[in-house]
Amino acid sequence: MLIRILHFYTDGFRSMKTGRKLWAIIFIKLFIMFAILKVFFFPDYLQTNFSNDEERAAHVFNNITQLPRNK
Amino acid sequence: MVEQIDLTQVNWARAQFALTAMYHWIFVPLTLGLSFLVAFFESIYVRTGNEEWKRLTKFWMTLFGINFAIGVATGIIMEFEFGTNWSNYSWMVGDIFGAPLAAEGIFAFFLEATFFAVMFFGWNRVSKSFHLFSTWMVAVGSNLSALWILVANGWMQFPTGMQFNPDTARFEMQNFWEVLFSPVAISKFTHATSSGFLLASLFVVGISCWYLLQERHQTMAKRSIIVASVFGLLSATYVGFTGDEAAYTVAQKQPMKLAAMEGLYDGQTSAPLVAAGLINSAKLPGDNQQPFAMEIKIPGLLSLLANRDPGSFVPGINDLVFGNRQQHIIGAQEKIEKGKIALELLRTYKESRKSGDQAIADASLKAFGDYQENMGYGYLNSPSEAVPPVGITFYAFHIMVVTGAIFPLVLLLILYFQIRGTLAYQQWLLYLGMLCIPLGYVSQQAGWVLAEVGRQPWAIYGLLPVTVANSNLTSGTVMTTFFLFLGIFTLLLIAEISILAKQINIGPEEN
Repeated sequence: MLIRILHFYTDGFRSMKTGRKLWAIIFIKLFIMFAILKVFFFPDYLQTNFSNDEERAAHVFNNITQLPRNK
Repeated sequence: MVEQIDLTQVNWARAQFALTAMYHWIFVPLTLGLSFLVAFFESIYVRTGNEEWKRLTKFWMTLFGINFAIGVATGIIMEFEFGTNWSNYSWMVGDIFGAPLAAEGIFAFFLEATFFAVMFFGWNRVSKSFHLFSTWMVAVGSNLSALWILVANGWMQFPTGMQFNPDTARFEMQNFWEVLFSPVAISKFTHATSSGFLLASLFVVGISCWYLLQERHQTMAKRSIIVASVFGLLSATYVGFTGDEAAYTVAQKQPMKLAAMEGLYDGQTSAPLVAAGLINSAKLPGDNQQPFAMEIKIPGLLSLLANRDPGSFVPGINDLVFGNRQQHIIGAQEKIEKGKIALELLRTYKESRKSGDQAIADASLKAFGDYQENMGYGYLNSPSEAVPPVGITFYAFHIMVVTGAIFPLVLLLILYFQIRGTLAYQQWLLYLGMLCIPLGYVSQQAGWVLAEVGRQPWAIYGLLPVTVANSNLTSGTVMTTFFLFLGIFTLLLIAEISILAKQINIGPEEN
């Protein structure tokens, strides 16, 4: 059964025409997103700067209870 | 810290999110609608056994696949932005949206890995009925996978079913069903999905019109037009109903947005609807300038749409900013005072907890409950800050409505001439059908501009302004990624359009 399912997918991928180009675009896109953008440009701000949820909550609470001054 | 936030950074972060969301929404509505149209086409094939319908189904399925492949994962970038640019917001709503959005992602993955594969690889390898079942599952699943993100957006417009917990600094869900079935969430989901059905119908009809003009694949084009224009007309009718419901909920839950949508500064009984107008961009709340350079009004219609009563009072921007005692409307200034009390109570609660004074902490928290609904106003410095950009909101609303009214008329004419058998001779109508494809996208984007710009200055309506929702970053960082995205998105869009155009030019035979 598992081998039949595997063949279903491998034969399907093999017989693709336009699909090959699309898969190439998908993989390039996912690589750019996860290996470049996420790693170098989009660190999770709270995960990176604080070590536990208590510190994160304290930071956010502090942020939201300070009144803005420079508007 | 909030006092160190650079407003330029907030605006760049907003621009970046708008760019990402608008790009993402190029692909989503077509996926939502085309999946159903493909399911309709295949159902006809299975029922009739006519190979022409199979060819037709496979052709539109290929275009569906191209759109899906280019669009897939573009929404993930918004998740990145939440964590980096909007960390305060992201943390505060994590309890409400985190688990359902993750579950939705996993559900979508398994759906795509199984039924998508059968849909594209399964021709001649599984039974006709199982293949058809898979196609329907893709259609239903694609639409269901849009549910929670639209519920989340509905909650941002009308936060309900939650309580703010100062110990975790989070809005915590108190009532799941209240969040899921909030009137704003329901109208958001039904309006967004049905508008996707309409867009996909315009897409199929427009491309079929092009084939008729080219005198190519005419049988396929005519059959596609019949199914898509009927589906499009039904969808357009439903879009009209859901749009009316959406406007009603906006009037009830976000009266400031409604006032901006209509450029209504002074509230009125039997308020007219501005069918078309030129906004006076110099107009400010409370001044004596005219709101419009010119306008065409329909008497009483705004009151009817907003309150289901043509004689009712619709509050204007000035009523909501300065208050209107006669109509029992609290102005933004009073809300700002209440909001500042809410924030002060939160500070007192925290300090009392630190110093071990539990009685004061409990009393502060209890009192906070009475002021929580105006918490966000405490961050505003002046009442006029509660007004969204009127010009953008007004024009976005009117572009959406006017284009939305044109589509059913065009579809009706196309269907009429197709049934009479003379559509191929109506060149002007075929060109109009093609023009409806870009107009459909303009209408879709205008709808989201209205929803999001009209919500300003709030990230979460009345509770959290965008200036407090964001992270402490420099504007340079966000600017860099904004232009990076602009480049990537432009390249991907060129790729999609060129692959789609190539496939449309090839037509169904080569598939």
